[in-house]
Amino acid sequence: MKTVYLAIKYLAILLWSSFVLFPFLWAVTTSFKTANGVTGGATWIPWLQYEPSLQGWQSLFGGSGGTDITGPYFNSIIVTGSASLISIVLGTLAAYGLSRFTFKAGFIRNADITFFFISQRIMPPIVLAIPFFLLLRQLGLLDTLAGLILVYIALLLPIAVWVMVDFFNNVPRQLDEMAWLDGCTPMTTFYRVILPNSVPGLIVAGMFCLIFGWNDFFFAFTLTFTDTQLLPVAIVALNSSVTPWWSLSASALISVAPLILLAFVVERFLSRGGLAGAVR
Amino acid sequence: MSALTLQNLNLSVRDETWLDDISLHLEPGALYTLLGRTGAGKTSLIRAIAGLETLDAGSIEHGGVRWDGLAPWRRPVAMVYQQFINYPHLSVLDNVAFPLRRAGVAAAPAREQAWQTIQRVGLAAMADRRPGALSGGQQQRVAIARALTKDAPVLLLDEPLVNLDYKLREQMREDLVELLEGRQSTIVIYASTEPSEALQMSARLLVMEEGRVVQEGPPRQVFDAPASVGAARVVNDPPVNILSMTLDTDAAEVESLGWFSLETLLGVERLGLVGDQGLPPGQYYLGLRASDLALAPEGRPAVVTLTEVSGSETVTHLDMAGCHLVLHERAVVNHPVGSQIHIRPRLSTVFVFDRNGRRVHVAQPGQRADSRQ
Repeated sequence: MKTVYLAIKYLAILLWSSFVLFPFLWAVTTSFKTANGVTGGATWIPWLQYEPSLQGWQSLFGGSGGTDITGPYFNSIIVTGSASLISIVLGTLAAYGLSRFTFKAGFIRNADITFFFISQRIMPPIVLAIPFFLLLRQLGLLDTLAGLILVYIALLLPIAVWVMVDFFNNVPRQLDEMAWLDGCTPMTTFYRVILPNSVPGLIVAGMFCLIFGWNDFFFAFTLTFTDTQLLPVAIVALNSSVTPWWSLSASALISVAPLILLAFVVERFLSRGGLAGAVR
Repeated sequence: MSALTLQNLNLSVRDETWLDDISLHLEPGALYTLLGRTGAGKTSLIRAIAGLETLDAGSIEHGGVRWDGLAPWRRPVAMVYQQFINYPHLSVLDNVAFPLRRAGVAAAPAREQAWQTIQRVGLAAMADRRPGALSGGQQQRVAIARALTKDAPVLLLDEPLVNLDYKLREQMREDLVELLEGRQSTIVIYASTEPSEALQMSARLLVMEEGRVVQEGPPRQVFDAPASVGAARVVNDPPVNILSMTLDTDAAEVESLGWFSLETLLGVERLGLVGDQGLPPGQYYLGLRASDLALAPEGRPAVVTLTEVSGSETVTHLDMAGCHLVLHERAVVNHPVGSQIHIRPRLSTVFVFDRNGRRVHVAQPGQRADSRQ
C-alpha cells in the first residue's frame, strides 16, 4: 500500500515537474539550434536529431551578426539591484515606523499613509508614463541609469512598504518593549533586535522588488532610447524580419538565470521559521 | 538604596479607567506582590512604572529622580513578562548578556557575568542554544536570568509563572524566591492572581481592584482581615461567598441561608457586633469563606451545579434558591451535578461589609471562644 502511495506521489511530482520544466527544456534545445534545426520540427537530441550550434549564444555577445546584450544586461543588474536595495532600506524603515508609531496629521492616520503607499500600485503604469517622462526630461535624467533607478524606486517602494508593514505587524511588540527595557533606543531596537528577526520578510520583499524591477518592460521602454537600454527592451529588439528563435531562447535563459540563482540562495532562509521562540 | 514613590497615578484608555489614583511607597529589599484578578490593573501599573504606558496624571520618583517623561530605555528597571519573551536570533548566553552589552559592558566580561547567571538559573547546558529550541519553563528562566543580570534597582515580574504547568510553577516559584533572596537594594514587584502564591512569596501584599490599590499590608494580615468585598474576593481562592444580610437587634437574615439568632451566627455578645459599640441594624454583606460552609444533614438544601476536584480538595458550586455559593472540602468528594446536598455555615470566621463594600467587622467566634477558655 505504501509503495503504491509512493509511486503515485512520485509520478505526480514527475508529471508536474515536466510540465513546469518543459518550457525551459524547449528554450535550452532551441538556443543550440540553427534556422534549419528550428524549422525541423520537435527535435530533442543534439547530434542525432539536429546539429547543435552556438550561433544563438554567440549572437548575444555581438557574434554571428547579432547585437551585444552585455551592456543592457549589466544596466538591468545595476538599475534593478540599486532600486531594490534602496527601496528595501527606505521601505523597511518606513514600514517599521508605520507599524510601531502613531502618526497623526489632520485626518490622516497610519492606515491612510500605508494605503497611500500601496495606492501607488493601484493605477495602471501607463498613467505614470507621461508624468515620469516629463519629469525626467525636466531633470535631464531621461535615458540615464540614475533616472531609471529613481523611477524604479517609486515603483518598488510601495511593494517593500506593503510587505514589511505586514511583516512587522506580526512581530510581537513585547519584543520591542523588552529591548527598550534592556537599554535599546527605538533605533537600536530596530537594527539590533527587529531587523535580525526580519530576514524572511526582507527576503520576500527583496524578491518581489527584484522580480518586478527585472521584468519591467514598460518604463524601461518609454524612458530610455539608446544609451541605457535595459535587458527586456534589448531582448525584444533582437526580433527582426526573421525571428531569431535561437538567440531569443538563449537571451530568455540568461535573463531568468539571476532570479533562479537568487531563489536557490535565499530558499534556506525562507524555509527557516523567522521568529520561532520570540514569544510563547 | 532608594525607595520608589508613586503618587496619584492615573491612567485611562478609551474612557476606561486602568489606574485610579494610585499612591504607594515601596522600600528596597522587599518583595511586593500585586494581587488582583485579571483586569484589576496589575499589568498597567507595572507597565506604567516601566514607562511603557503614558500616564494621564501622577508622578514616579526613585532616589530623588523623577521618572516622568523618562523613556523606558533610561529607567533603571528590569522586567519579566507573562509571555516568554526572548531574542530569537541570539543564543541563551547572548540573550542574558544583552542588557549588559547595551549598558556598555565589554563583550568578554558581559558574557562572563551572563554565564554566572545562567548557571544560577540552571541553564548552563543550554547556553549555546537559541530560545526557540527550549521548553516553556526554560525560556522563562532565560527571561528571568536576563532581568537579573541587568541588576536594576526595580525588578518587575508580571505573572512570570502563569503560563507554566502546575508542577513546574511550584518548582520555579521556589527557585525564584531563592534567586531573589539577598537582593537588599532591589525593589521587587511581583504581579499575581493567586493568593497562595502571594502568601508564600511576599513580604508585603498590595491588593488591586478596578485600577486601585484597595489594601496594603503583610499577606497574613490582609488574608485575615480583607478591607473590602473586593479585597476579600481577591485574597480568597476558592472565592469567598458574599451574601446579603439584614441585621436586626437580635437576629440576622442571611440571603438563602435564612434567619439566625445573632448568638448562633456570630457570637455577637462576645464580639460586640450589636450593642453600644456594635453595628446598627441595617443592610450588610456577609463574607463567608468557602471552607466555612459545611455539609450538615440538618442544614439547608442546595443543588450542585459544578464540582472541581484538584489534588486532595473539592470545590463544589451550589445553587441555593437562586444564590450562588461555593463549598470547599479538604477531601475528594464527588457530588453529582444536579444532586441535592445540605449545608450550614461553620461560622469560624465571618466578615461583615457595609453596602459600599467596606469591611465593618470581622468576627471569629470560634477563635475568640477558644481564647476565652
